[in-house]
Amino acid sequence: MKLAVLSGKGGTGKTFISVNLVNSLENTDYFDCDVEEPNGDLFFQSELVKELPVKVMLPSFDKEKCNNCRECVEACTFNALALVGEDMLLFESICHSCGVCTFVCKQKAISEVPKQTGVIEIGKSGDSKVVTGKLNMGEAIGVPVISGVLDLMDDTRNSVIDCPPGSACSVVESAQKADYCLLVAEPTSFGFHNFKMVEELAKVLNKPYAVVINKAESKNNIVSNYCKKNNVKVLETFLFDRKIAQDNSKGEICTSNNEKMKERFVSLFENINNDWQRSLK
Amino acid sequence: MKKILILSGKGGTGKTTVAASLIEYLNTKTIADCDVDAPNLHLLLKVKDPKEKDFIGSKKAFIDVDKCVSCGLCAEKCRFDAIHPFEGSYKVDEISCEGCSMCSLVCPSGAVSFYDDKSGTLQKYTEGYDFSTACLKLGRGNSGKLVSEVKRNMIIKDTEKYAVLDGSPGIGCPVIASISGVDWVMLVAEPTLSGFSDLKRIVSTAKAFELNLGLCVNKADINMEITQEIIDYCNAEGVYYLGLIPYDKSVLKALKNNKLIIDVPSAAGDALRNVFKEFKQLLEKEN
Repeated sequence: MKLAVLSGKGGTGKTFISVNLVNSLENTDYFDCDVEEPNGDLFFQSELVKELPVKVMLPSFDKEKCNNCRECVEACTFNALALVGEDMLLFESICHSCGVCTFVCKQKAISEVPKQTGVIEIGKSGDSKVVTGKLNMGEAIGVPVISGVLDLMDDTRNSVIDCPPGSACSVVESAQKADYCLLVAEPTSFGFHNFKMVEELAKVLNKPYAVVINKAESKNNIVSNYCKKNNVKVLETFLFDRKIAQDNSKGEICTSNNEKMKERFVSLFENINNDWQRSLK
Repeated sequence: MKKILILSGKGGTGKTTVAASLIEYLNTKTIADCDVDAPNLHLLLKVKDPKEKDFIGSKKAFIDVDKCVSCGLCAEKCRFDAIHPFEGSYKVDEISCEGCSMCSLVCPSGAVSFYDDKSGTLQKYTEGYDFSTACLKLGRGNSGKLVSEVKRNMIIKDTEKYAVLDGSPGIGCPVIASISGVDWVMLVAEPTLSGFSDLKRIVSTAKAFELNLGLCVNKADINMEITQEIIDYCNAEGVYYLGLIPYDKSVLKALKNNKLIIDVPSAAGDALRNVFKEFKQLLEKEN
């Protein structure tokens, strides 16, 4: 199954949950779609197998052929083009690589050339594949990197997708191909507010979903009360634990040396899988 | 007026908690929340009833089934995989469509039209503050554009010394849009391997802009070794180091009661005051 791990608010423990799930299960790969700030491999320290560049196509202008007709400038709905004197100017960071300028140019003065905006690292950790998307610094649009990462999912294995925070287009791109969404919520007023936003997103995407509450002070909290009232499944609650926070800060995977934690993650996945199977019927 | 933006790279390090306290410490009235896909600052400042305005981020395509000849050219040429066969005709997926207009350019039967897509809501709180923010519609792109609009909605007065802007995690389009034009970035770092790695990425991104960088380490005692590494990194990179804030359970309690940390007698509150004192001296020295 393909499982997307989401949260809305940053720092609630998406990577903690994702990494420990992958570490506890067999036949499971890890996909880091938080391409602006990827962190999963800091935990796995995987052995790098392959690096794939991510490229987008950007227009390039042939000054000889261009007759300054401005048709491309007018056609670009992103306002990424400007004609300054006799020179075409491209604002690379807002170009969406849609191809419209090339299409409308009657002079055939525009060609598309690849530009690298990120890289995908494929690593190996035990029997798991660890795939990390990294957006180049200064680049604005992470969606092509995310889509490249998800192209590497293997249908015969489980995939855990570590999504970016928020609820914008990059989150949709990360979760769209998933079978099931796991929402990691922190029971604070901020965490709760942002949790409701991703819950809405899971509904809009029409995915079955359930909740894991992390860093809680008790099992009864603002998120658990809401879930009870609204019939949302809470599959696990992790209480705040300074030792876990400290180990996590060093990049240690807690299920590697804690059998009890490992059992919790194994049964968490069983519950997810059962709920997904039920939703298929 | 000096514009101060709070950033962190990693999410959940304490940007909003620090921002709300800084607003009170500097007695700033001109503020903004640029984290448009998970805004939270309004929760801490107890503001309500904003004036709202729709934000049209882009247009979206619509296929008129009566005019469609089902040739499929639109679906073939769409680079965003936004058009799929549907009940004998074709249909646009409004989340994937970026409004580039390629489909209408290739359509032989004029079946494609466009409509304005509301991709968010701009909000302005005016009681007590001049507070500009917005909420992105779920799953939408254009968050950078919306952030620029939030900043445009701030009223910059010369009588006010400072403006404080709360930022979003990451290094991508909303972050880049929030950085442009600010004078100072205050970074809230977290001493974890993840936090440090993310910090380096945001520092490199911010350095492309002409501004000053200051940094405090939050939850510093979770890992003192990494905290020290972050301090050394600041010195090497020309980032002003402002101080440490300990992990303190009274912060959670303060947040739960909707109080600012600097208003609650606590180790974290005292430490944060010292960070701000240091920061204010730098701001004033600059004048």
